[in-house]
Amino acid sequence: MAEKLVNFDEIRNNNLKSLLLFFFFMLIIAGLGLIVGLFWGNLYFGLIIALLFGGVYALIAWFSGANMLLSLTHAKPVTKKEYPYLFHTLEGLALAAGIPTPKAYVIKDSALNAFATGRDPNNSAIAVTTGLLEKMNREELEGVIAHEMSHIRNYDIRAMLIAAVMVGIIVLLSDFMLRSFLWGGGGRRDSNGGNAQIIFIVVGLVLAILAPLIGEMIKLAISRKREYAADAGAAVLTRYPAGLASALRKIAADPDPLVDTANKATAHLFISTPFRKKKGFLVKLFSTHPPIEERIKRLEAM
Amino acid sequence: MISVAWIIVIVVVILLLIIIGLYNALIRLKNQVQNSWAQIDVQLKRRNDLIPNLVETVKGYAKHEKGVFTEVTKARTAMMQAGSIGEKADASNMLSDTLKSLFAVAENYPDLKANENFLQLQEELSGTENKIAYSRQHYNDMVMKFNTKIQLFPNNIFAGMLNFTETEFFKVAEKEKENPKVKF
Repeated sequence: MAEKLVNFDEIRNNNLKSLLLFFFFMLIIAGLGLIVGLFWGNLYFGLIIALLFGGVYALIAWFSGANMLLSLTHAKPVTKKEYPYLFHTLEGLALAAGIPTPKAYVIKDSALNAFATGRDPNNSAIAVTTGLLEKMNREELEGVIAHEMSHIRNYDIRAMLIAAVMVGIIVLLSDFMLRSFLWGGGGRRDSNGGNAQIIFIVVGLVLAILAPLIGEMIKLAISRKREYAADAGAAVLTRYPAGLASALRKIAADPDPLVDTANKATAHLFISTPFRKKKGFLVKLFSTHPPIEERIKRLEAM
Repeated sequence: MISVAWIIVIVVVILLLIIIGLYNALIRLKNQVQNSWAQIDVQLKRRNDLIPNLVETVKGYAKHEKGVFTEVTKARTAMMQAGSIGEKADASNMLSDTLKSLFAVAENYPDLKANENFLQLQEELSGTENKIAYSRQHYNDMVMKFNTKIQLFPNNIFAGMLNFTETEFFKVAEKEKENPKVKF
């Protein structure tokens, strides 16, 4: 087990995906911008505005994205004095992982959940609910924190941050576009064909509806494998997979998984899906985490 | 016009590039090993610094338990004097044992167990022992990576020439797994 230490392939994979994600999303934004430009009668104008907007937003989100996500979930920074046990756990596992200690945040909620965020191991944070701190024993808490620490070490948090942030841009833009269409656009009186205009409208509408969906699916495609990898990483860090398995069992049995402050944009950051369980094919497709039973099974097989 | 001379040059260049790559990889690993050792050192020193305060606090309630205090102080001195990695590993394990005895003794003094200072020190020491364990684990992981890399073929041929030798693990003494014996 200890042979699979810092998995450099995992990191390289994540960074490549992060880059590709950014590229792909800028492409979608460019596409949406083109369509808006079409409607305004000036292709390039629409394109440039969209790219500029996208670019500036991306920059802001890159540097303050983690903080935005933390305040979205009402996570508050805490001191060593308030939570010495949490700090010692964080520091110890950071030592085992060979990364700087992440900043500690606590969410006042009785649900059992946790998440990690940040740009890279030097700028990272881990947030834990008060419910988790109360109900988990030593080995279980270490398992959960080790899982989050693996996300940080694998640069998952960077990819997840980019995903959360990029989907935000797309949703905003397509929202804007839909409103543009509904309010009649830029008055493009083209004698060449009312037909052409209708086609553009249809294309635009379809894209406007599809884009957020595409965004969501991409976000998900990168989540599930990483959860398994983070579980494995936690097992390596603690040398005790039963700890995390036991924690996951407790989390699975918890009837209240933190619906309050989580939403679609932040759901994939948590250790366990923060929505109440629903059944169905669509739910499976859009579920941000692999099923807990499967995760427990894999851990116990280690 | 590829003459034999050119082929030789190309082969030599490729060989040099491989050796440079290997050398750099080994340097990186070696630095990781040294850095992770430094982390252990930081925690060991922290534990040493915490102990005098702990001894004084416990003495305040359990003056007569002289045996335990002597053991702890002796082990602490040995820890501070230890030089090589092996010596430090042994000294650290011994010190852990004596501290376990000390806390076992403290169990018999309910006033002591209620003392704020004692509880804080206990949590600090417990956290530090954990961190020693974690940093030791990380150190051993890095040592294994380094040692493995210089043992594999063909790295082993070059490693000796480039002056890379195997590093020592921070071993856990077999004794540590026994329960500490408390003498009254």
